[in-house]
Parts: sequence; C-alpha cells; structure tokens
Amino acid sequence: MATLSFMDRYLTPKLAIPKKVEMGAGIVVAGSILALWMLVSYTGYASKDFLPSPTDVWTSFNDKASDGSLRKHIGVSLTEIYLGFFLSSIIAVPIGIFMGGFKIVQSALEPLVNFMRYLPVTSMIPLLILWIGIGLEEKIAVIFLGTFFQQIVMVSDVARGVQADLFNVSYTLGATRGQIVTRVLVPATLSGVMDTLRVTMGWAWTFLVVAELVASNAGLGYMILQSMRGLDPAGIFVGIFVIGFLGLITDLAFKWVKRMILPWENVGK
Amino acid sequence: MAQVHLENVTVRFGSAKSNQITALQNLDLVIPEEQFAVIVGPSGCGKSSALDLVAGLNRATEGRVTLGSTVIEKPGSERGMVPQNYSLFPWLTVQKNVEYGLALKNVPNAERTERASHYVDAVGLTKFRKAYPSQLSGGMKQRVAIARALAVNPEVLLMDEPFGALDSQTRSVMQELLLKIWQQERKTVLFITHDIDEALYLGDVVYVMSARPGRIIDTVHVGIERPRDYSVTTSSEFVDLKKRIMSSLHAEVDKALAMT
Repeated sequence: MATLSFMDRYLTPKLAIPKKVEMGAGIVVAGSILALWMLVSYTGYASKDFLPSPTDVWTSFNDKASDGSLRKHIGVSLTEIYLGFFLSSIIAVPIGIFMGGFKIVQSALEPLVNFMRYLPVTSMIPLLILWIGIGLEEKIAVIFLGTFFQQIVMVSDVARGVQADLFNVSYTLGATRGQIVTRVLVPATLSGVMDTLRVTMGWAWTFLVVAELVASNAGLGYMILQSMRGLDPAGIFVGIFVIGFLGLITDLAFKWVKRMILPWENVGK
Repeated sequence: MAQVHLENVTVRFGSAKSNQITALQNLDLVIPEEQFAVIVGPSGCGKSSALDLVAGLNRATEGRVTLGSTVIEKPGSERGMVPQNYSLFPWLTVQKNVEYGLALKNVPNAERTERASHYVDAVGLTKFRKAYPSQLSGGMKQRVAIARALAVNPEVLLMDEPFGALDSQTRSVMQELLLKIWQQERKTVLFITHDIDEALYLGDVVYVMSARPGRIIDTVHVGIERPRDYSVTTSSEFVDLKKRIMSSLHAEVDKALAMT
C-alpha cells in the first residue's frame, strides 16, 4: 500500500484515524492547557491574586471540604436545581407531548410558549427577588422559568416527529384514541424526551449559578461570589471545577438511566 | 360474509377546485371472501388510496366501501394492514410487536403469548423472539409485520407493496412464505404492487390500474393452479398473462411520466 501523506491521513473529512491517535489527541489538548496553566502560575509569571496555581486550588478545595462549607453549598445548589428541574420536567414533558400530538393543543399554546421562551429568565431575576425573596423558592422559580418553555418546545418537536404510520398501523390493529396516546405517542417520544432533559439540565446549571450570583446566602454560586469578595481566585476555581464535575456526573447519570429504560436503543450497536 | 366491495368510489385530494387531484375515479371492485386480489399499476396511480379506503384510513369523496354488510368508516382490527415500511414499534421485541394487537384488546396474557408465538413461528422468527426491530433485516421486519397483522385474526389482510423495499432474492422468499401462510389461513387479501411477476405469482385475480385518476383497465383471472412455486413464473400461461398486463400498463406508465 502506498504511504499516505499527513494531509491524506488526517485531513480527509470523516476518515477514520488510528485508535492511538484518537485517544492521544484529546490528552494532548487537555494536557497542554494544564501545562500552560502550571507554567504561568508556578513560575510566578501570573501573580497569585490573578491566577492561582493547581496547588493553591487543591489546598482551597481541601480547606472548604474539611470545614464542611463545600458540602453545605453543594447540598443547597443540588436541592435547588433538582427541585426546579423536576418540577419543570414533570409538567413540561406531558404538555410538550400533547402539543406535538394534537394540533389543537399546539395552536392554543404555541404563541404563548414561543413568546415566553425568548424572554431571558435572567432578566426576570430582579422581579422574582422582589416577589419571593432570595431563598430556595426563588432559585426554583428561576430554574423552572428558564427550562420549562424550552422543554415544552423541544418535547413537542419530538412528539410531532413520531411517524404517522405507527398511528395508522395501530388503528388497523384495533387501537382506540386513548391507546394511541399511551401505547404509541408516549413510548415513541421517550428517547427524545430523555435527550431533551439531558440538554436542558445543562442549561439549568447556568440559570442556577446566575441566580445565586445575583442574590443568595448559600450555594456554589454564592461560594464563588464570596471568594471574589475575599480576593481569593483559588476559591472561585474550586467552585467552577465542582460545578463542572457535578455536571459531568449528572450527564453520565442521564446516559445510564437512558440505557436502563430504553434497552432497544442500545441493541445491535 | 367477508366480501370487500368498493362501490363506485371516487377519491379527490385538495379542497380548492383548481388544484384538486383525483386519485381514484369511479372505481368499482368486488373482492370475494378468501380471494387473493392484487392491484397492479404504475406508481402514483392511486392504488394505495384504494387500500387506504378499505383500511378506513381515508374516506371516499364519492361512493362507499363495504365489508360484508358493514360500511367502512374507520380502521378496525378485522382489516389488518402490512405497510411497505414495516412500521414496527421499535421499543417492543419481536414477540411483543406481534402481541400488540392482542394487548390492545386485553386478551389474557397466556393466550396472548400462545397466539403470538404461533405466528412468530409461522414466519420463521422463533429464534428472534426477543430481538428488537433494529436488530432485524428488512425481510425479517416484514415477517414481523405480517405476523403482527395475522395475530389479531383479521378477516381481510391489506398489503401495501409489502415487499417493495426488499432485494429480489429476499422478495421471492417472502412471496413463497406469504403463499404458504395464506394456504393455511385463507384470508381475503388485497395486495398492492407495481411488480407484474409478483402480482401474477400471488394473485387469484389481478386488477390492472390506470395512471391517475386510477381506474381498473383490465381484470386478469390467474388460473394457475395452487399451491404454486417459483417454477410457474416461467410457464407459458404465466408469460402470456404477463405480456397482456405489460401491454396495458405500458401506455399508462407513459401517461404517468407525462404528469410528473
């Protein structure tokens, strides 16, 4: 076989590359960023007040972990996000399915939903603070408003995409209208609903942290804000990394749940 | 008596007079009980519209469709359907797909399993009972669709170009399988295809349909003895009938092409 040039081998769209190179590429990029960070922080090129070193961040993490404050803030943030997200999902998913499945529901709700989903929830935070304060309820409200309308639109798109043929064949097998909903529409949307939940969960984290930064007395966003006030960038880094880590775990959990409840998605692949 | 009668049926699509499409024009067709009837015609001739009428998935603009003494107004499990694209439920296993119609009727579990298993075996998918549709080939998917339609014991089986998407080897295997099952079950069948060989190999009667608006332009009674196997497709009787259908269809295909 003729030897391929570097261009042929790596710069042909969609061409498979060797497994080693595939893994190596990710490690090289992440490693380079880490190396650059270590270089500018340990050499003192960037001052400690500007960019903490990995060691500083680790120390700060250990301090916050041992005095229990980190656990408290994580607990508060998780409570807020899971309650807000759960409330939103449990209402938005059925509404979205009905909106995608029934033209009348779509006609009735679509104008309102499309108006609401373009209102940035962040602009409503001051109003929500005036109305319900800066506690748990306000955070739940922010997450709810931020995800609810997006979820409706995304789930209704999924439901609208269900093949009409599946409905028709069910009718010819004797299905009633009710059975069409419970035995075709709902199971056919499950996979798309799980994807929607996974994506909107990512957005919920953003809304939560913004809400906590604006006004709060606990939570990871609050912890980050306190670190800023104390001129402690290491503390800010701890907050950011913890959020990233929790997000990663949530995402893996979603993938795992999806595999458990949708066994047909993973066969033969 | 489960005789299907399309009584002088006309189907038009579109509301405005100017862009109305007449899919079927004064179609009159009687399919006696236990007959294997085939409609063959160029694509877009309205043959699927005729099938949808019997299925109850569409209503005639003029005329009516009856099954025995009942006027067909909506879908029902006495008229089972096998669509071209299989339309299996991807979230159900082969066994559960076949049980689906029985589950809709709340047939007790044991009976459900037994009846579905019978048809899963009949279409030769015993080993794939627990597989999901995504794991099956096209031919296997269509076997599931046939078993699913038969499991609810319909009086009429409606097949809309069921083997149209299969490669020719798989198609002939499926045709033989269908004939074998039909010999045992003896349903009234309305089968739609654009494949003349398939029409003659399977059918008791082949209705040749014109290009839009669809009308029956020839009715061919296939006297070839049953049970048939693939050797009949080269018999002189078969070839003569094929020539006859080809010549009536030839002009229609030209017309259909001119419309698009």
